[in-house]
Amino acid sequence: MEQTINFEVLDQAIKDYGNEEKALIAILQRAQEHYRYLPREIFPYLAEKLDIPEARIYGVATFYENFSLERKGKYVVKVCDGTACHVRKSIPILEALRKELGLSEAKKTTDDYMFTVETVSCLGACSSAPAVMVNDEIYPTMTPDTAVALINEIKEKEANA
Amino acid sequence: MENKQYLTVDGIPVEINGEKNLLELIRKAGVQMPTFCYYSELSVYGACRMCMVENQWGGFEAACSTPPKAGMEIKTNTDKLRKYRKNILELLLANHCRDCTTCDKNSNCKLQDLAMRFKIEGVRFPNANTERKEDKSSPCIIKDSSKCILCGDCVRMCNEIQNVGAIDFAHRGSKMTISTAFDKPLAESPCVGCGQCVAVCPTGALVLHSDAEKIWKALQDKNVKTTVQIAPAVRVAIGKELGAVNGENAMGKIVTALRRMGFDEVYDTSLGADLTVMEETQEFLDRLDSGKNIPLITSCCPAWIQYAEKKHPELLPNISSCRSPMQMMASLLKKQAREKGENSFHVAIMPCTAKKFEAARHEFDVDGKPNVDAVLTTKGLIRMIKEAGILFEDLEPEAVDMPFGTVSGAGVIFGTTGGVTEAVLRRVMSEKTRAELLAIEKLGQRGTDGIKEFDLPVGEGKIHIAVVSGLANAEKVIKRMKAGEHFDFIEVMACPGGCINGGGQPFGMREDKARRTKGLYDADKLLSIRRAEENPILDDVYKNIIKDEAHELLHVHYGKH
Repeated sequence: MEQTINFEVLDQAIKDYGNEEKALIAILQRAQEHYRYLPREIFPYLAEKLDIPEARIYGVATFYENFSLERKGKYVVKVCDGTACHVRKSIPILEALRKELGLSEAKKTTDDYMFTVETVSCLGACSSAPAVMVNDEIYPTMTPDTAVALINEIKEKEANA
Repeated sequence: MENKQYLTVDGIPVEINGEKNLLELIRKAGVQMPTFCYYSELSVYGACRMCMVENQWGGFEAACSTPPKAGMEIKTNTDKLRKYRKNILELLLANHCRDCTTCDKNSNCKLQDLAMRFKIEGVRFPNANTERKEDKSSPCIIKDSSKCILCGDCVRMCNEIQNVGAIDFAHRGSKMTISTAFDKPLAESPCVGCGQCVAVCPTGALVLHSDAEKIWKALQDKNVKTTVQIAPAVRVAIGKELGAVNGENAMGKIVTALRRMGFDEVYDTSLGADLTVMEETQEFLDRLDSGKNIPLITSCCPAWIQYAEKKHPELLPNISSCRSPMQMMASLLKKQAREKGENSFHVAIMPCTAKKFEAARHEFDVDGKPNVDAVLTTKGLIRMIKEAGILFEDLEPEAVDMPFGTVSGAGVIFGTTGGVTEAVLRRVMSEKTRAELLAIEKLGQRGTDGIKEFDLPVGEGKIHIAVVSGLANAEKVIKRMKAGEHFDFIEVMACPGGCINGGGQPFGMREDKARRTKGLYDADKLLSIRRAEENPILDDVYKNIIKDEAHELLHVHYGKH
């Protein structure tokens, strides 16, 4: 599935944060929010607009774990594997999700770019362990079954959309 | 005396005199601190931690990034420090491809040097980098990340001094590398091949491409006539590593050495430079007359040409159409060889890494073949001389060959920043006296500043000249030009200080560069012909070789590579 990149969101971010080197991280965050990852095409565009080398932007983008250079799914499912979630059995949830979506440690995103499944070290929702986050929403006290049900619910919603 | 401030280094009082950091003061106290990431020309990075010193309270401070304060009591060599430095070295070595005996940097490597100095006898950790990871895509530079110690010298050189920004740090922690954007091959990056990163790299992570094998092969082949030209800056930079005086003009010995190695004909690129002066001056006067494409920007430096092509293609019409002295010289030699039906192989010995790229540019091909078959850097020449076992210091100097044997001083000073400008000025000034030559010296083109500017009164008006070295400085001038400032003539050399400090030269500290520059100016003074147009050979060259083909042989329009 091809995704066309338009730069309007970048132009707006540059307008908001300024076309200086110090605005780079804020602009990249805005880009990531919009595209859900940092597409390759935006690097030369930003390099020219901000007058910083592409290699430096690449350096910043690869330094921070939160920036992704790989295209992610429409729904990013973050399975918390912090201490509290781990001892309350987060790994079986992860395994169930991967099995349901045909994903693995190496393959994190479905071919239709609908789902990405990854682990995070802590969501800060330890009282609701084990927790799962889908995009910006937290789902508390999950089990492998409720996690799979959640995925199916999203799939259904998408199918009817 | 009042107001004098001191600190002590290993118990020796040292006066504080505006030094930026402890490192400079410690050097004043006669101690050579170990460093990987410190160069006075670059910003302070403080990454390698080798220059750590102990203060009076037993704490550690990095000497490169600590400003001196009165009353400090610094120790540079304690048990704690030695252990600390050894640990750093051991960790660096654990992550380093240690194929030292077959490494290009063998015996010239800072890591090897410091490992020896601190007597590292073994590495306790398994080696995480046993295989080379080479990027050989660039015709000028080989990058090998298995030998990188992440000191960042190359990154700061590429960004701060050259404004190229081809490489930077990427990734984090143990995965960190020096990388182009998306880890693309160097040849596909904004790299201009200036080689200044290679000059500052302390290890074998960045080295030069060598064409030595190709050259030896041609020298062995009896059916090939081998010709060679030597650029001005080479003669003053070669001596130090071969047992001669630093900065001394070793041209005569280089000629002898090249004949011993088997070259059939040896020439001086300064003659090509004389031709450049003739052509470029004419071009400048024509442009002044027509008012078109002013300022004229010089075209001798191939790294600058690539920089302009990649970052400022709109400036290409302003860049002189003159070929570089290397290419002019090669044009003449190859034309002669073609006319005589000779199978010739032409080598250019250059202080420059970017010349390797220039030599391979298709704009210069004749019948699909390059005029310059191989470029050998000064460092490459030193190695070939050593390989051949030639005792350089014992050689009797010899002169270059006819029919191109006479060069002018104007051509010789091309090797330093301001040289091209001065050579052109000597040509355009109508007065041809010795006094005028001395007056020209003082106009403002000489010296080590990165940007030099002056006005030259011409008739009723004046022309504004800028002499620039270092590409970040060139960028500054370009920005001013775009903001509306007027320039008539701009000389640009990519390497700070000009070709004497080229990426293919042996590494030189500030004083080495000054000696090399002086060496060229001295050589100029000793020549009886100091203006290009007075070179008696040029008449013959124009009449009998160039004829009506000046455009085809001496000029170029970039855009075909």
